[in-house]
Amino acid sequence: MSRGRFGVHGGQYIPETLMNAVTELEEAYEHFKADPEFQKELSALLNEYAGRPSRLYYAEKMTRDLTGPKIYLKREDLNHTGSHKINNVLGQALLAKKMGKTRLIAETGAGQHGVATATAAALMDMECVVFMGEEDTKRQALNVYRMRLLGATVIPVKTGTRTLKDAVSEAMREWTTRIEDTHYCLGSVMGPHPFPTIVRDFQAVISKEIREEILQREGRLPNAVLACVGGGSNAIGSFYHCIPDEGVRLIGCEAAGRGIDTFETAATVNTGRIGIFHGMKSYFCQDKYGQIAPVYSISAGLDYPGVGPEHANLHDTGRAEYVPVTDDEAVEAFEYLSRTEGIIPAIESAHAVAHARKIAKEFTKDQIIVITISGRGDKDCAAIARYRGEDINE
Amino acid sequence: MSRLSEAFQNKKAFIPFITCGDGGLDLTKKIVKEMVDAGASIIELGIPFSDPTAEGPVIQEANIRALSAGTTTDRIFDMVAELRKEVDVPLVFMTYANVVFSYGTEKFLSRAEEVGMDGIILPDVPFEEKEEFAPACRKHGIDFISLIAPTSKDRIAMIAKEAEGFIYLVSSLGVTGVRSSITTDLSSIVSVIRENTSVPCAVGFGISTPEQAHAMYEIADGAIVGSAIVKLIAAHGENAPKIVGDFVRSMVNP
Repeated sequence: MSRGRFGVHGGQYIPETLMNAVTELEEAYEHFKADPEFQKELSALLNEYAGRPSRLYYAEKMTRDLTGPKIYLKREDLNHTGSHKINNVLGQALLAKKMGKTRLIAETGAGQHGVATATAAALMDMECVVFMGEEDTKRQALNVYRMRLLGATVIPVKTGTRTLKDAVSEAMREWTTRIEDTHYCLGSVMGPHPFPTIVRDFQAVISKEIREEILQREGRLPNAVLACVGGGSNAIGSFYHCIPDEGVRLIGCEAAGRGIDTFETAATVNTGRIGIFHGMKSYFCQDKYGQIAPVYSISAGLDYPGVGPEHANLHDTGRAEYVPVTDDEAVEAFEYLSRTEGIIPAIESAHAVAHARKIAKEFTKDQIIVITISGRGDKDCAAIARYRGEDINE
Repeated sequence: MSRLSEAFQNKKAFIPFITCGDGGLDLTKKIVKEMVDAGASIIELGIPFSDPTAEGPVIQEANIRALSAGTTTDRIFDMVAELRKEVDVPLVFMTYANVVFSYGTEKFLSRAEEVGMDGIILPDVPFEEKEEFAPACRKHGIDFISLIAPTSKDRIAMIAKEAEGFIYLVSSLGVTGVRSSITTDLSSIVSVIRENTSVPCAVGFGISTPEQAHAMYEIADGAIVGSAIVKLIAAHGENAPKIVGDFVRSMVNP
């Protein structure tokens, strides 16, 4: 019987070789999720090591400038390692450690998940191997160095489009080769069950904090929550506890690259169709024969041809909306937030900022929107400078 | 008994694999005919997929070559229809879930039946997800081939009980590709399989020499070879049919 469904999406479409590994993971997760000792350890790591709770910052200047709703920024960029990825990684690394695993493998796109995994591995004395598309190792050279500095081995993946999807495929292949001592620390709410659920639970701390803090400060819930969506982990984390609050609009911002009417896009929900890949049924960018399409975005972290199955279902049910944001719009938002608030967002998060600028006028002054700044933009400075025609050395 | 199971009657089956369209579909057809002449019991026809997560580098590259050459599922169906006029050997497709799902599962299997296919192997569809495809397979008389791996352990009986055609026993951990030795205790896996089903069992992954194939004939009912053949095709191109034929001849059980 198929497990881990979100509507028709999800499931476990993986080689038989991995089935006992994911079942073992599911059982361990169910056990430790209910274990107060595990939760206490994880909270201590999140608070003492990663710096949670992250700030919910009232962006007063942006609010004034856009003359729309009150804008709050959920500052996941202030976490240790510079993004929301650490939330999931600390959870999975602790779980893997309890399961007796001594080695973590991971895929990474922009390098944020790879850096977070290398960090957790260093902290917990585990071996770490990160797979990264060769193209991305060039786009994000600084993160490659950070991972190596943290003691991880970075393997440039030279197959396919040499980006995130190929890194995921290669990490899966590696896992089938070495399972006994190895945990595959998947970085997003994707892949076979139980990963979409585990990663979502570890990221749900974002919406838990948003809800608590906004209720405390404003006495009411926000009218909308915006987050960027690649695989969708910071978005599902930002949405999760607000899903039952029907008055809260949930808006996922996809990377449209050069536009959804071009082939150079990574906006899966907007341009893809239902398929089965990387362990899950969900929406994928693909051709008429089901060949996975080469996708494109300026953001290495959103440059993925699929989306997590829970997002696919939130789209089907209409509970969340998924909108495309182009490279140009994201780069402008990257610069805008830097100048307006003195906050340099990751180019991924800049997609959510861009959409907020676009829709601000749909809201009134007494309404509230929250934008999740999933990561900080230091890693992107050289690439954005190049985009603007300026060649700088990192 | 299905045509696939019959192929194992009173003999050990040698099952060669080929990526359709690697070097062009005409070459595929020529090679399949040579394989049949050389004594292959069943032929595994790979439908290329852009991101074959269960394959090692050799078959990954064959997939890319085939897709770059313009190979599509429809063209493969057409090739099989032509091939069927000349060969009677059982044929199984080996591809990935999305190739079938995206084509339309019912439409794919209906077409597969029409062109004379006998079975299908989807390495990214485990026991828990097979109902996605198995009903349409049953409707169209296509055997849904189950895989069992060295890590299957307590799952072996469950999988074997519902197996049809033959069981694809994965020899070792990891992806497809040539291996110098196979260290998994396959005999004990095969004995659990035999306690639970009379469906034959062929071993694949890592087999490239007659010695390895014969070792598998001792343990199981057949041997499956992919990467070693794909390598020959990559190296010899237009001259591959005869070379692959000779290789298959060296691998079959005399």
